[in-house]
Amino acid sequence: MNIHHPHELQRRAVGAHLAVALFLSALIVGFFRIQVLGSDTWALRAASNRIRTLPIPAPRGTIYDREGRIVADNVPGYSITILPGPRDSVRATLERMSRYVELSDERVERLMDRMRVYGREVVVDANADFAAVAALEERRTEFPGVYVDMRPRRRYLMGGAGGHVTGYVGEITAEELGTDAFPEDRYEAGMVVGKIGIEREYEAMLQGQQGVRYVEFDARGRIVGDFEGVETRPAVAGEDLHLNLDMELQDWIHRIFPDSMSGAVVALDPEDGGVLALYSAPGYDPNDFVGGIADSTWARLNADEEDPLFNRSVLGLYAPASTWKLATAGIALDLGVVTPDQTMPEPCTGSWYWGNRSWGCWDPEGHGYNNLAEAIGNSCDVYFYQLGLRIGLERLLRRSTQIGFSRQCGIDLPQESRGEFPDRKEWYRERFGDVYLYGPTEGEALNLAIGQGPNSQTPLKMAQFYVALARDGSAPAPMLARGNGVAEGWELDLSAEHIAALQEGLRRVTAPGGTAHFGTALEHWDVLGKTGTGQNPLSVRGLAEDHAWFAGLAGPPGERPEVVVVALVEYGRSGGQVAAPIVAKTADFYLRRKYGIPVDTIQTYREHIMTGPVPAWYRERFPSAFRSRPASEPAIFAPSEPTWLSRPRTAPLDSVGSGVVPGAPGRAGPVGTPDRRLPLPGPTRASDGSRRSGGGP
Amino acid sequence: MRRILERWSLDPPLVLAVTALSMFGIAMIYSAGQVHVPNPVTEDAWIRQGLWFVLALGAFTLLARVPLLWIEWVAVPSYVVSVVLLALTLLVGEGRGTAAGVRSWIDLGFISFQPAEIAKLSTILALAHFLSQKDAALTSLRDLVPPAALVGLPLVLVMLQPDLGTAIAFVGILFAMLYWAATPVWLLLLVASPVIGLFLSYDTVVWSVYIVAVIGFLVLFRYKLYLFESVMLVLANFATASIARPLWNSLAPYQRNRILVFLDPEVDPRGAGYQVIQSKVAVGSGGFGGQGFTLGSQKRLDFLPEQHTDFIFSVVGEELGFVGTALAILAFGYVLTRLVRLAEGVGEKQPFAGLVLLGIFGAWLVHIFVNIGMTIGMVPITGIPLPFVSYGGTFLFMSWVAVAVAVRVAHERP
Repeated sequence: MNIHHPHELQRRAVGAHLAVALFLSALIVGFFRIQVLGSDTWALRAASNRIRTLPIPAPRGTIYDREGRIVADNVPGYSITILPGPRDSVRATLERMSRYVELSDERVERLMDRMRVYGREVVVDANADFAAVAALEERRTEFPGVYVDMRPRRRYLMGGAGGHVTGYVGEITAEELGTDAFPEDRYEAGMVVGKIGIEREYEAMLQGQQGVRYVEFDARGRIVGDFEGVETRPAVAGEDLHLNLDMELQDWIHRIFPDSMSGAVVALDPEDGGVLALYSAPGYDPNDFVGGIADSTWARLNADEEDPLFNRSVLGLYAPASTWKLATAGIALDLGVVTPDQTMPEPCTGSWYWGNRSWGCWDPEGHGYNNLAEAIGNSCDVYFYQLGLRIGLERLLRRSTQIGFSRQCGIDLPQESRGEFPDRKEWYRERFGDVYLYGPTEGEALNLAIGQGPNSQTPLKMAQFYVALARDGSAPAPMLARGNGVAEGWELDLSAEHIAALQEGLRRVTAPGGTAHFGTALEHWDVLGKTGTGQNPLSVRGLAEDHAWFAGLAGPPGERPEVVVVALVEYGRSGGQVAAPIVAKTADFYLRRKYGIPVDTIQTYREHIMTGPVPAWYRERFPSAFRSRPASEPAIFAPSEPTWLSRPRTAPLDSVGSGVVPGAPGRAGPVGTPDRRLPLPGPTRASDGSRRSGGGP
Repeated sequence: MRRILERWSLDPPLVLAVTALSMFGIAMIYSAGQVHVPNPVTEDAWIRQGLWFVLALGAFTLLARVPLLWIEWVAVPSYVVSVVLLALTLLVGEGRGTAAGVRSWIDLGFISFQPAEIAKLSTILALAHFLSQKDAALTSLRDLVPPAALVGLPLVLVMLQPDLGTAIAFVGILFAMLYWAATPVWLLLLVASPVIGLFLSYDTVVWSVYIVAVIGFLVLFRYKLYLFESVMLVLANFATASIARPLWNSLAPYQRNRILVFLDPEVDPRGAGYQVIQSKVAVGSGGFGGQGFTLGSQKRLDFLPEQHTDFIFSVVGEELGFVGTALAILAFGYVLTRLVRLAEGVGEKQPFAGLVLLGIFGAWLVHIFVNIGMTIGMVPITGIPLPFVSYGGTFLFMSWVAVAVAVRVAHERP
């Protein structure tokens, strides 16, 4: 057989043609199936290949203060985001980026972790500056998967003055996501949420609804542009929030609070319990936290021994000391174990012997026989020892607990400490163990009656209690946000006479001759209040000064108090000299602005006589101060002790007495934005010897 | 005019068809360079391809004038040189461009080329020379050993580079030429049966049915083969089936992945399956009419892998749609049938010429089917270019040399 015969060739050629037809028609059928029959599916696939949804962050609701001033709003900011990708290339991109953006190695690791956990884009810098953004945009090809967009950035206009109130926002963490506060149907990774303070408390309200945009990407994750054809869902802004807070008052407190001291100031409106100011020193600037706090700032805040992140006004627990005597008095009046005019059986001789030991009064000179108002005015411990015994430990514990000294105030903040107070006798053993195997003795009532013993309260709690004294014995829960209705507070069953008697006692504290007179006497307003000298673990051992308390009520003369202010200065030593002026100046600022009187930085009587002659209004307001001496010699009002306040001006006593201060600077005129002319106490605890040398409560 | 064309090309239908395909390829390479973020290398690839095309036309013009006798003379020496070059490649070979992982280039300083491309053509010539000496059909396994060894040597060397795609082209050459040398189809199938069995052994039932069919065939047509050969075949089938699992285990993970991904690309959409999926997405989104020349979005956005070389046909699919792919496939079909027609035409006087034409046919059929098939996941991904269309100088040049040889051997009448 000739294998190359034409017939044979023809037969084999048919076979070869068949092979071509078989293979190529298989291909054509394959392409037909994909391109014609399955085209829609694949086109969709192609779209999803390169179209990604990116969130459009919603602007948070604006926060306003009681006058409609902006406390927190949003400004446009740049954020840098990186899309997920192979770990190595993402890491390399981040490392390249660290030339233009502040990115520590730890932060790179954190971002890598976050990307691994979420499996989606992560924000590298939510608060990028323009230079970094411009640098990245110029080198786009070097940064695959990186995109820059504008997003609203939170701005806090009070800055450091109000950090503890406003709190701050930050990117939601993996732990937060999916909790009750951050349900997954509303929140997703990468969102900015309230972390603390009002931002956290009203998160649900302030948080808007994220929008969505569709963006075209290339295979290396570079944004090509917005994708046309699919509707973008716009972001919906969050709801606005109106506060009872007075932003300028808060700022004022920030100015007048002693620079280097720690403490808290709370100002409440007795009308509705609205929080006018809630200040804690030292503080922090919430703006630092926006878009992720810089590692250095975070380290500094945490390393600070004064703990600027700790909100002393609602979390700090301090022995309320003498400020608590009003509670003892109120309970006693309520129970009817004493009347305002009664004196205690035994006079104060500087100490009192009971239960086989001597119980001292703060003033070894003694106060003699005091009625209730005098006892409050003198802060006479001996009177209150006897009053405590009359009430009895059992009743004292029960009533105090009833009126809320072991509860929270219920302020609208995410965190608040509960007052520490024994609610029943067993509490002692539960708390302190078998030292109290046989229960506390009645002697505990003596301690508690003067605000000592296991009694720790927050400044806010004490402010709420003084609101009750400024009203009729009831006090609504302090509220930061307006229009939330008056939450249930507490009820102290006191008659008008009882309130009047208690207020009379408070008036004596600030009246001429009272312990807090100089620092609280104001031109336009009556200030009533109570000082307190709170022992603390360091002061008990003589290592530091006591905490200084002052709780004050203020209002136009002869009328109901219109503001309640409580100041606590840690290691401030003297409630009358350190805390009281803060309260008076705070109340003065608030009331002057309320009544349209220009604000001055020279407010209290002490400030006046430090900087000038005895003011005319002082003679009119406090004629009693001049009753026993010729009006030309108000020498007794000059500071009788070498106080820290006299140092800056070094005015000789006689020139103060004659009403002429040589070279004293002129008084500041009415100020809209008060400057700080009179330096307020700024001595540090360690260096200021003169402050320690003083005596008295 | 027509005479000039005929005198220059010797076979205008074939030469015009491959010219059209080459220009189409340059156009598609140009389009493949049009991406969102331009890359200077791929952006200008079409210009280099155009220069190679001009060079290839020159080579064609020259080689189409070489007498058939010379071609037959050069067959064996060129085969030897090719094998030596392939062996050299294993020692001094380098990777290039999208095929950076294989040692398939030899760099001479002024030029670098792929010996495997030359080896394909010289193997065709050598095998044609060998088979044309036979005047009887190869009907026993023993007869098939020498031609298989002839092709097997370069094939193994290419496999070692490793360049699986080109190796498969050698298989195509062998089978097409054996077929043209009148080897019965059933014998070719039997030769292939152990390899087919290897793949079918993934499922015991399927393989059992298959081996029963093979044994059945050998029993029914027992007179066609020596008993010894039949036994060897069955044993070989059992052997490949039993080494299937160890062989699988000895594969590198990426190789296993490729096979798994071929069966289902979605098992590894970000890794080995990525290319298939992206290619199918591009081809599928082209639809019937395509997205328009240079406008393919998957291509522009860089989703397509190796879009100017191995996956050039995905660009065709995305931008020109089914119309474009079908026309391109038909054009290749025309080229292939033209080769068969030429082989048929040379008649009994020139068995060498017919075998050369079928060798070229076999190589191109494998290239076309595997390359185009892999863009839609019909064939596992192997790095194999599309003749005349894919970017690649040596390949385009050697394809045109093959065309020159084809028209020369087909048109020289002794």
